[in-house]
Amino acid sequence: MKYYPTIGIECHVQLSTKTKLFSEVDNDARGKEPNSCVSPVDYALPGMLPRLNGEAIKYAIRAGKAMNCKINQYSRFDRKHYFYPDSPKGFQITQFYHPIIGEGYVELPSGTKIRIEHAHLEGDAGKLTHFDTYSLVDLNRVDTPLIEIVSMPDIHSSADARDYCKELWRLMCYAGVTNGDLYNGNMRFDVNTSLAPEGAKELGTRTEVKNLNSFRSVERAIEYEIKRQSKLLDSGEKVIQETLGWNDATGETTGQRSKEEAKDYRYMPEPDIPPIKLSEEFIKEEMEKVPMLPNDYREKFGGVIPNDTLEVLLDYPQLMGKLGELSDKSIKNIANLFSSVLLAEEKSSEMLEQLPTGKQLEDLSEMKEKGELSSTGMKEVFAKLFDPQMKTKDTCNIAKELNVIQENDTGALEAIVDGVIADPACAQAVADYKAGSEKVLGFLVGQVMKASRGKANPGAAQQILKQKLQ
Amino acid sequence: MKIASKEISAVSLVQEALDKAKKYADYNIFISMNEEAALNRAKEIDAKIAKGEKVGRLAGVPYACKDNFLSKQGATTAASKILEPLKAPLDATAIEKLEKEGAIMIGRVNLDAFAHGSSTENSYFGVTKNSADTTRVAGGSSGGSAVAVALDIVPFATGTDTGGSIRQPASFNGIYGIKPTYGTISRYGVVAMASSLDCVGFLARSAEDLDLLMEICAGQDPKDLTTLPDYYVNREVKEPKKIGVIKDFDSDAIDSTIRGALKQKLDELKSDGYEIVDLEMPILKYALAVYYIICPAEVTSNLSRYDGIRYGYRSDEAKAVDEIFGKTRSDGFMPENKRRIMVGNFVLSSGFYDAYFLKAMKARTLIIQAFEDAFKKCDVILAPVSPNPAFKIGEKVNDPVAMYMEDILSVTLNLAGVPGVAIPVGKTESGLPLGLQLIGPRRSDKSLLAFAGKIGNSLDKEGA
Repeated sequence: MKYYPTIGIECHVQLSTKTKLFSEVDNDARGKEPNSCVSPVDYALPGMLPRLNGEAIKYAIRAGKAMNCKINQYSRFDRKHYFYPDSPKGFQITQFYHPIIGEGYVELPSGTKIRIEHAHLEGDAGKLTHFDTYSLVDLNRVDTPLIEIVSMPDIHSSADARDYCKELWRLMCYAGVTNGDLYNGNMRFDVNTSLAPEGAKELGTRTEVKNLNSFRSVERAIEYEIKRQSKLLDSGEKVIQETLGWNDATGETTGQRSKEEAKDYRYMPEPDIPPIKLSEEFIKEEMEKVPMLPNDYREKFGGVIPNDTLEVLLDYPQLMGKLGELSDKSIKNIANLFSSVLLAEEKSSEMLEQLPTGKQLEDLSEMKEKGELSSTGMKEVFAKLFDPQMKTKDTCNIAKELNVIQENDTGALEAIVDGVIADPACAQAVADYKAGSEKVLGFLVGQVMKASRGKANPGAAQQILKQKLQ
Repeated sequence: MKIASKEISAVSLVQEALDKAKKYADYNIFISMNEEAALNRAKEIDAKIAKGEKVGRLAGVPYACKDNFLSKQGATTAASKILEPLKAPLDATAIEKLEKEGAIMIGRVNLDAFAHGSSTENSYFGVTKNSADTTRVAGGSSGGSAVAVALDIVPFATGTDTGGSIRQPASFNGIYGIKPTYGTISRYGVVAMASSLDCVGFLARSAEDLDLLMEICAGQDPKDLTTLPDYYVNREVKEPKKIGVIKDFDSDAIDSTIRGALKQKLDELKSDGYEIVDLEMPILKYALAVYYIICPAEVTSNLSRYDGIRYGYRSDEAKAVDEIFGKTRSDGFMPENKRRIMVGNFVLSSGFYDAYFLKAMKARTLIIQAFEDAFKKCDVILAPVSPNPAFKIGEKVNDPVAMYMEDILSVTLNLAGVPGVAIPVGKTESGLPLGLQLIGPRRSDKSLLAFAGKIGNSLDKEGA
């Protein structure tokens, strides 16, 4: 039987604020000792009370704007209770009743719109590492600010799910609210999948695959679930509503608990944090800080940069930002350099952090357009714009130092062409051309290039050769 | 003041307090003593005075700390087993402010574990005895604080009041105690009971002393988001003209000695020219029920952190993680703690939340409004603190409902967030102290204390 899948996705985004959501401790624990970024508030010493990081509120507003969401002027925190060693307070501070981010939508590159139900602020949990007879607790991640983005069940294929997750990731990176490092769990996806017979009015029983941290695993997990659930339904069995884990190595989802217990989180308003009340002006001011988003760039560069290249470059907000600084006539050349040279480099991630200035790139493109640089020359100069020794110099000076400026001076070129025509080694070719063989022209241009040690502009050389041999 | 003028040395004052603490050991007031550290601090202060250096407003004044405040000095138990005692890396904001003014903590005093109780009988460290009659309870939960002050071991003690825990023991022992307006003194570093009700306050031998302590400790604290911008320090005092009496409290459920004391005080005030205003506040009959829903809900949440993982007691028998939680908490909490945890979980569980917790929150809003309305008709309210004077040890400990009834007159203030001051007004024929409470509108604490000083009995011929 053919089934129609319905998919909803919850996404946790770690915000890259300087400090944690409820304490003044460093929020960036990358490369730091376990339990070194933890204050008494974070490890829940008795008598400790949460503070509230205003930066996280601003980030939430920006994230909301990126998803076309309404920002709620009134929001509040609640306590979600559960016992686990990664939760020092015995509850998570989240926004269950009054989230800060209201309804909105994310538009996929295909044009499909996925509605956002809401998104809320909450603190992350710690990390457990399990060994044979014991487990270790690292609380560095405790109360790193998260926003949890809850989609409506508007997704109906694994490909759309992947595209949605990817677009969300791009939006959050462009809004500047996260480091976006998926490998290190900066964004994690929980995927709810259900199947119903094609045309059915009611949704089927759903399963939730938790903690996926790549677009590929989201896609694969859904494909696997669709297959698994189809098989169950085809054989007349029921899908059990349960939480599953994903094994990337085997490509299978697995039940996380043998006994599925209905959890009661006993939500309660957080009495230690007064409600958040935001003025319209404050929200507006913060929203205006959101720079151009992927769709803005799609609109801006649509006719100029080929679609495939554009979609690749869109993964890098820095590159889009840089292209945005350039004049229209330079965009195509530079976009091409970004995709064919920069992203192909082994050290591309470092290079992304130190892009050349807009002027340098603008000059580079202009030299190419004027014929002063060949394609190869342009690439060579481009590479040197990242060289610590060279990068502060003008593009033109770098080209000169590299000796790659093409000879466009007609007088000098004519002298070289004259030399080639007079060269006895070329006499046969000259004679052939005069006899009507067009194909030897390439050989003669090559000789001019050789005589100029590569600096001649091949187009100009051909032009002059043709004139002289007429 | 006498210390700064070299009449008495800080060392002799602290030594005297320590000696008295030993003398009254049978009352079981202290959980731990700070003898050496306290004497060292006193020496430092005496040296400063000798050199003519400036000292704080409480220089050399010994005090007792309710054992649910964190401080670098000593270790905190909250009168429970589960904290095992906790060595804290920081001072509670209130303690920090007191110490900065030169106050010297001589020790930590007993309470009902986690401040759950009205008699100091629910302590892991045993019961504290009443200062006037050792067969009777000290009241609670700040029982140790009240007895330490009443026996004049120290001139003041810190306290916390979530549903009467300062005012009731103060009146059981014939001293003064203030539960300030919610948010007046920072809760940072104080073991939480019920966050939206908890107030840090003091017990002392005069309203004047309480005023000085409030001057020192009131004010906004960035570490406690619920603290109010300062409204207290150096503010003008307003003398009340109209005294309200809550008619709904005037029932047979209240002991005749208490009703008699109230009537006598009202008559005095009337003859002194104050206008007495009768108040109808029928919503208050729900206050106790509302309190015993909201309070346990917040209690169960705040006690969730005691899981044996990061600090405190952990059961030796526990192996798997669920056992660590289960056995640690079963062994570590007192029966009253567990009772409140169970009630709290019940009222918060899905399916019951709307019927209990949400409804209680709505009723709480009505109680707040009832007080706002009342203070349109009068300036202060005079009321009993508890339905009876100090009761016998063991009398109510096995009857939780009777024990909860003890709080029927005091919890309303915590629900409304308004300030209350317990004042001593006399004694029963058998010599048990009788107290009343003055209630004022939010932020009227300073005026309330000034009036309390005027109408309350005097304990000391001379102050400390």
